[in-house]
Amino acid sequence: MSSDISLAATESSPRQAPAQRKPPRRIDPKYAPLLVTIALFVVLAGFGSVFYNGFFSLQVFLNLLIDNAFLCIVAVGMTFVILSGGIDLSVGAVIALTTMTCATLLERHELAPGVVIPLVLVMGTAFGGAMGFLIERFRLQPFIVTLAGMFLARGLCYLISVDSIAIGNSFFSEVSQARIAVWGEASISIGALIALAIVAIGIYVAHFTQFGRTVYAIGGSEHSAMLMGLPVRSTLIAVYALSGFCSALAGVVFAFYMLSGYGLHAVGLELDAIAAVVIGGTLLSGGVGYVFGTLFGVLMLGMIQTLIMFDGTLSSWWTKIAVGGLLFAFCLLQRVFEARRPGR
Amino acid sequence: MSAIVKHRLFWPCVTLVLLLAVNAGFNASFLSLQWRAGHLYGSLVDILKSAAPLILVSLGMTLVIATRGIDISVGATVAIAAAIAAWMVGGSLTIVDGVAVHASRFPMWAAIAAALAVALLCGAWNGLLVSVVGMQPIIATLILMVAGRGIAQLITSGQIITVYYPPYFFLGNGYLLGLPFAFWLAVAVFGALALFTRRTALGLFIQSVGINPAAARVAGLPARRIMFWVYAICGLCAGIAGLVVSSTVKSADGNNAGLLMELDAILAVTLGGTPLTGGRFSLAGSLIGALIIQTLTYAIYSLGVPPEVNLVVKAVVVFIVMLLQSPEFRQTVTTMIRRPAAGGLAS
Repeated sequence: MSSDISLAATESSPRQAPAQRKPPRRIDPKYAPLLVTIALFVVLAGFGSVFYNGFFSLQVFLNLLIDNAFLCIVAVGMTFVILSGGIDLSVGAVIALTTMTCATLLERHELAPGVVIPLVLVMGTAFGGAMGFLIERFRLQPFIVTLAGMFLARGLCYLISVDSIAIGNSFFSEVSQARIAVWGEASISIGALIALAIVAIGIYVAHFTQFGRTVYAIGGSEHSAMLMGLPVRSTLIAVYALSGFCSALAGVVFAFYMLSGYGLHAVGLELDAIAAVVIGGTLLSGGVGYVFGTLFGVLMLGMIQTLIMFDGTLSSWWTKIAVGGLLFAFCLLQRVFEARRPGR
Repeated sequence: MSAIVKHRLFWPCVTLVLLLAVNAGFNASFLSLQWRAGHLYGSLVDILKSAAPLILVSLGMTLVIATRGIDISVGATVAIAAAIAAWMVGGSLTIVDGVAVHASRFPMWAAIAAALAVALLCGAWNGLLVSVVGMQPIIATLILMVAGRGIAQLITSGQIITVYYPPYFFLGNGYLLGLPFAFWLAVAVFGALALFTRRTALGLFIQSVGINPAAARVAGLPARRIMFWVYAICGLCAGIAGLVVSSTVKSADGNNAGLLMELDAILAVTLGGTPLTGGRFSLAGSLIGALIIQTLTYAIYSLGVPPEVNLVVKAVVVFIVMLLQSPEFRQTVTTMIRRPAAGGLAS
């Protein structure tokens, strides 16, 4: 893990790397938000284990992954978009559209899952790519383009059907119920495995491929990246296409999880995904951050929910307030680190 | 003539008139106005009445966007203001001697003042994060957008609070001089903001902060203070909208009041000709923009199109407006139009 993080650090800011290597014990401020997140996660987990009965079990921690698998997949795509200096508000709507398309194609047109799943993945990728094209080609603001994309995707859901469509397909229900034993009694769902795989692929793509390095470079300074001769235009479009693909995949996982298609699925998920990315230590100004951190951001959101659920006396809206507070704390932290960074 | 066409309110006005014409074409009684029960009655009055909250929010949003910012927490602020006002005047309905008696927890003026104060505070919080802490506006207001819904639900304890206090209904359902009171409220806020931004140097200051914050600061403008107050005013506008919304539906729902209103407000501002990149702004444009959205919604309902299509139509409108505003797109279109003409000459 540490090797690819340091690689990323030298990639995105070659100027600072030698200076910070001299004092060996000091932690690079770049990793600080990530370390704070991991530390806070451990503290929260410790707190829950001490105060709530039955909290400290492998299954509770695996449930964090199982219940947030779709969020994790979306957040990986979102990490790339934010690293490139953009934002994608359409992810929740694309998830809803994917579940809806899956449900109609499976139930009303009786297509095989082997046809439907690749189809929706291609659809999501094309949707993201089209938004990326508009953003890149006509210099439109990512915020407003993806906002319109969100309207469009939700609207298309309702065009398909206003009501929820249940998925009774045997393959989907089998995948939904399948559990893979991990250790003793504890087990994990297929959706969670897909999420972990996406995180691993995301880490590889971000830190070991030309595409990943170009994304970091664009986030650092689009103009410089252009002057360096990097393929800025195609990379920007690809970033949004990637986010669209991740959203569609998350939609498939969501369909496994909920076994239904509905236009109101995953409302507000884009905000959770952005929160997870920020809490995971990715700077919103672009260019700095780690896919690995996003995993912890997602786990952190799940942990807050689990803690509130275990407590029992707190109502569900405390989750929103806690996430808002956490978001605030991390944004503040980012500002502190940004202000401290030399050369700014 | 060309001066009229070039005026930046020309296209928004044309859009509004076209939409009204479409409505009138499909529904003959659309433009008819009647005097009934002491006020005007008709589809146009309905549109004015239901557009009022959106106009209020859009006016505040215009100033924020003019400084190159964005406020996506207005929907949550609407919900918070509505929740506070409804909780304070809510009280209970008791029957004494066969007559319904409404006991409110606090006097109505206190409820309205408290709701507006909290809304102002919400806006000030955003302003603080953007101007003093220096966060990106989207993210700074995202915090309140996420937490705000939770706070609103906390105030209403997750329930829908019903208001039984009739004087409070006047805000959203009352009529003054034949027109809805809510619309007068929106016009009053518009007038006040227009006065402050056009008759004092404030409007110019806001524009210069939007065009180049660094240059504005170097020129001696209190850029940070201006940004702070712009967000505070936006919060206040959202608070007034929250009062109107809760008064119209006679209840407050922490979860759904003002949901997606921020998007409609941004759309209204964009339609009104204020670019999202900041700088020049038009309050009148945003007012017209909000009316366009409401008329569009009305048209969709009255044409018998399922209301779900509303979102798709809005999305298409946003895409078209965005593309028309983009210089790159205009250039592409111009070259595409010119190219065949040049080819025609060559052959």
